[in-house]
Amino acid sequence: MDNVQLLISGLANGCVYGLIALGFVLIYKATEAVNFAQGDFMMLGAFVTIGLTNTEYMGLPFWMALPISVGIMAILGYLLDRLLIRRMFGQSQTAVVILTIALGFVIRFVAGLIWGHEPQTLQNPLAGREISFGGLVLGMEDVAVIVVTLLLTGGLFVFFSRTKLGLAMQGASQNQLAAYYMGIPVKRVQGFIWALAGAVAAIAGILFAAKGSVDPATGLLGIKAFAAAVIGGFGSLPGALAGGLIVGVIEPFASRYIAAGYSQIAPYALLLAVLVFRPHGLFSQVRVKKV
Amino acid sequence: MRIVFKTDYMQDIRPWKDGYQLSLYLILLAIVAAAPWVLDVFYLGELTNVLIWAIAGMGLMVLTGHTGQASLGHAAFLAFGCYSNVILLEAGVPFILAFPLAGLITGAIGALVAIPALRLHGIYLAIFTLAMSILVDDIIVLTEPWSGGVSGKYIAGVDIFGLTIDRWGTPTLFYWMVLTVTVIVALGYINLLRSPLGRSFIAVRDSQVSAQAMGVDIARTKTISFGLSCMVTGWAGAFMGMFAGAFNNETFSVVISIELLMMIVIGGLGSIHGAFFGAIVIGFLPQFLSISKEYVGAVFGGSTVAIPGLEFGIFGMILIAFILLEPMGIYGRWLKIRTFFELFPFYRKDMFKRQKSYLKTERLR
Repeated sequence: MDNVQLLISGLANGCVYGLIALGFVLIYKATEAVNFAQGDFMMLGAFVTIGLTNTEYMGLPFWMALPISVGIMAILGYLLDRLLIRRMFGQSQTAVVILTIALGFVIRFVAGLIWGHEPQTLQNPLAGREISFGGLVLGMEDVAVIVVTLLLTGGLFVFFSRTKLGLAMQGASQNQLAAYYMGIPVKRVQGFIWALAGAVAAIAGILFAAKGSVDPATGLLGIKAFAAAVIGGFGSLPGALAGGLIVGVIEPFASRYIAAGYSQIAPYALLLAVLVFRPHGLFSQVRVKKV
Repeated sequence: MRIVFKTDYMQDIRPWKDGYQLSLYLILLAIVAAAPWVLDVFYLGELTNVLIWAIAGMGLMVLTGHTGQASLGHAAFLAFGCYSNVILLEAGVPFILAFPLAGLITGAIGALVAIPALRLHGIYLAIFTLAMSILVDDIIVLTEPWSGGVSGKYIAGVDIFGLTIDRWGTPTLFYWMVLTVTVIVALGYINLLRSPLGRSFIAVRDSQVSAQAMGVDIARTKTISFGLSCMVTGWAGAFMGMFAGAFNNETFSVVISIELLMMIVIGGLGSIHGAFFGAIVIGFLPQFLSISKEYVGAVFGGSTVAIPGLEFGIFGMILIAFILLEPMGIYGRWLKIRTFFELFPFYRKDMFKRQKSYLKTERLR
């Protein structure tokens, strides 16, 4: 029973990692760039929601604040693409990586200026409520996290594989020039995907802030989400979620059963192992080009 | 504009273009060597710090700037160099041997790391090295009997031929020691770049496929590049430890790795000058910020309370500005300014314009 409890809390944590990883993968799938600031995006989304709902700030009703903060983050993501990323069009991946790392620094700094460096929690209607069945006691937040994540991942998966816009995004990532020739508005598609990633980050941030406290350094969680995305294989949405769940589940079990000092290594050791033995993730998409 | 007519092959591959250029660099070296008589102890320490960062920057530049492999984990190798230096010293090895050995050990570890990393490229390599850099913190804690773990280690002065060199006791000697190593590394780097090995590094950076077609062994080239890069970084790490005097598992955090990479980007990727320019920015930014904060406080009557994260915020903004406006870094800007004056009034705006390029997927190789 203990193990099941550990598993569930690990799954809930893993879903948050998975959601951040989903943001990486969205951007990677559509633009082949990696957004190292995705974790900081998540942190910013959490703080925007806290700023809107918590009574010491604006004190809006929770359910009204949700769409507003998701919208704000989507607009922010779009603006980011419009003002910064679009000017890097066609440049090497490394340049974009460094740009987004720098962006993460700036976001952390700005969030610290506005909301301070104290850990804060989101005041939400689910807090403290529990449901129990079969001897298990589950926090409502954990259940909400799992359900929302599953819905979002499923929705995005269908979007990418079934809709015209989703296919256009995949095409634009594989060969920008060819996508232009096929009449895909590559730049607009990219702007859209950054907005989408911003919205996903906001949702991840809301879920995270509802479960625990956030402070500006929370964005560094993005590194763990990275491990998740890599384990799942960049470029696969269900893979990102699976990677997130693996990392999330390993953590509580490692800290329970492995000696202290070794336990926090576990996710990174797994990451290194995956990179060494399956360099493109468990759900790889790399194929050798046939000439 | 000076035009150098090259009349034989030896002149073409000579490290300097002509006597004028050589004399400029010799004058610069003389000025830097004479710094202890001009600067006070505080600024001499800052200058030493800049030189140490420049050594680390040159280490990373070999790998990232010239072989095209972005590493977000070089703080790990700084730590290896620092700890192996101290552990060798504590085992009774004289410094004159321990220091080169520390670099060699780090280089060997780097070459070992390169073997799995060879299969990775682009972002996967960046993430691999990032994870390594995070793990080093834990590894240092776990290997407590050797590394001192959380409580850390201390290093006092070292002896070379009876001379005691100490960062606090004899800052001038320490400065000259760092300067000597910097010059040796820079000369080695310049020579590397005109050797077949250095050329193959650049070939791998520009196109792996064409490098392979030209007969460059990619795996071997990358491994050597990793090894050389880590060796130099290890020396820089050993100096950093001696400069700080005390260090523990948190000294060489992942932030240092990122700072190092950003430093060479600001300085200018793919040039030795870039490592030095970047080191100057990194070394003097904190001082510059604290001075300007006092100034702003005095003018606007605001308080001079410390703003947490300010340094990194400013650093990030500078970096974003550079990547967007001047991707070639400070060195690239310097080249443009110099060309402007050399060609005056014939400089054209598009002289350094890059070709438009379209991204192609890495998923199909």
